[in-house]
Amino acid sequence: MTDGTDLKLDNGSRVAVLGGGPAGTFFSYFLLAMAERIGLDIEVDIYESRNFSNLGPTGCNMCGGIVSESLVQALASEGMDLPPDVVQRGIDSYFLHMDVGSVKIETPLHEKRIAAVFRGRGPKGSQNDDWRSFDGYLLNMAQEKGAHLMVERVTEVFIEDKGKPQIKTKRGHSQVYDLLTVAVGVNSPALKLFTDMGIGYKPPGTTKTFICEFQLGEEKIGQHLGSSMHTFLLSIPRLEFAAIVPKGNYATACMLGYKIDKDLVNAFFSAQAVKKNFPADWESAENACQCSPRMNISAADPPFFDRLVFIGDSGVSRLYKDGIGAAYRTSKAAARTVVFEGVSKEDFRNHYWPICKSIKNDNFLGKLTFMIVGLLKKVRFARRAILRMVSLEQSKEGSRLRMSTVLWDMFTGSAPYKEVFFRTLHPFFLSKFMWNVAVALWPFKNRPSKGEAS
Amino acid sequence: MITGKLGKVYGNGDVIVRQGETDDCMYEILEGQVEVLQERGEKEVRLAILDKGDFFGEMAIFEKEVRSATVRAIGEVRALTIDKKALLRRISEDPTLAFRIVERMSHRIRELDNEIVRLKAS
Repeated sequence: MTDGTDLKLDNGSRVAVLGGGPAGTFFSYFLLAMAERIGLDIEVDIYESRNFSNLGPTGCNMCGGIVSESLVQALASEGMDLPPDVVQRGIDSYFLHMDVGSVKIETPLHEKRIAAVFRGRGPKGSQNDDWRSFDGYLLNMAQEKGAHLMVERVTEVFIEDKGKPQIKTKRGHSQVYDLLTVAVGVNSPALKLFTDMGIGYKPPGTTKTFICEFQLGEEKIGQHLGSSMHTFLLSIPRLEFAAIVPKGNYATACMLGYKIDKDLVNAFFSAQAVKKNFPADWESAENACQCSPRMNISAADPPFFDRLVFIGDSGVSRLYKDGIGAAYRTSKAAARTVVFEGVSKEDFRNHYWPICKSIKNDNFLGKLTFMIVGLLKKVRFARRAILRMVSLEQSKEGSRLRMSTVLWDMFTGSAPYKEVFFRTLHPFFLSKFMWNVAVALWPFKNRPSKGEAS
Repeated sequence: MITGKLGKVYGNGDVIVRQGETDDCMYEILEGQVEVLQERGEKEVRLAILDKGDFFGEMAIFEKEVRSATVRAIGEVRALTIDKKALLRRISEDPTLAFRIVERMSHRIRELDNEIVRLKAS
């Protein structure tokens, strides 16, 4: 074990991870894997009181449950292939729905590259015994790598005399660690333990979202939603963005907006562009398993101290999209820093913070991009121009997919916002878009073009 | 019905990668088996059989050469494409992502060394 002054891990060092969601389990898994490569023998305890094999809210970490195309590929490169019982639906395309029409955008290789997952074992009341929780699957992988699961609720955290973090649990367990990694979500009351410590930790800014999961039956899902993610750009006041994702015989609806309440949810489900994707006899999502979790929209300040690091949602996450992907990136960056550099504030500043900063800076351009989309969706001719441009790209074999890839990467979270933003500034993109705006404004041309769905 | 399968399905005998062609991706085998073949004139020499959890086509990630071998499905195969640009961007941010690829390539070099020794000795 290290003494109080040595800010590096050594054989026998102990690491505590608060939270057994993706950030905590990715961190534990990669920390142990990297330590093993260099012959470092460390102990990792994951504190998680939630049981991911439960149905409904008690087993769920409350999010839309999308593993992005880029994360699916990164995990495959790591040799972590998501099994079919953990993925409830492989997604190979998405539909963009607006009041002026809908259009389907396919992956270039017609391949299922996005994974729709349940964070817990499934919605409350679900009868599917053969589904596995995504979070539970990752936790199991971390345990197989050697992490110990502590089914305990942490009630106290403080820095002991030698400068090491010490934690106490509800059941009276107490332990000093060489490093404490905080991987709890922004909805967890555990974050308050750190704001109350007086170390200067400011938690991330959040916004409220709405998620509901409702049963439609596999046949109806196949007929109406298929293997596509359905995104909606609707001019409904206070609604920023919404998506419906098929998962097995369920569908998950996610809404982002300002002050989401029952009226806004009802307005969304009553919109014709939404209703047409459901069976005619489908009434509403009132009996669905639903929640209104908070979502990270700005970085914690700062997300690291000596022997203390905040990863995933409690540190920095991507704006609106690919939160699981951000958890993977920050947890790996933290694990690399801990194994190859050290656990001091300086080590984290020099080797962990650059990744957080790149996500944070990218979010700035993401905010700008969503703001522009927010303005465009309020203007009917702009919506028509977007629809026309995508429809033409999708209907012509070999056509350059300028708008399609911008929208795909933006809505699926597959590429950094910076890349998406700068692609929209390309002269060819702008000239094509302006041409489509001109055509959309011309009264005799305002008919749906070839490839444009009604 | 299982709805959670990722990747793309190839039927028995489907060519996934063709020798001499250029491409910008590697593949991870999610289900099934593939054979790696090198075409020499009219002849095909089988270099290896790869299983679920293996990958192939990784040379295209690091070199600008044409495909060095043909990869064909044995039975039904499900494979996931990993894009060159996306992977290299990830590796530039996180070099440890290349550990597994380097480890597997090192293993293949070791196998090739053994094969050379065996051929020279015979």
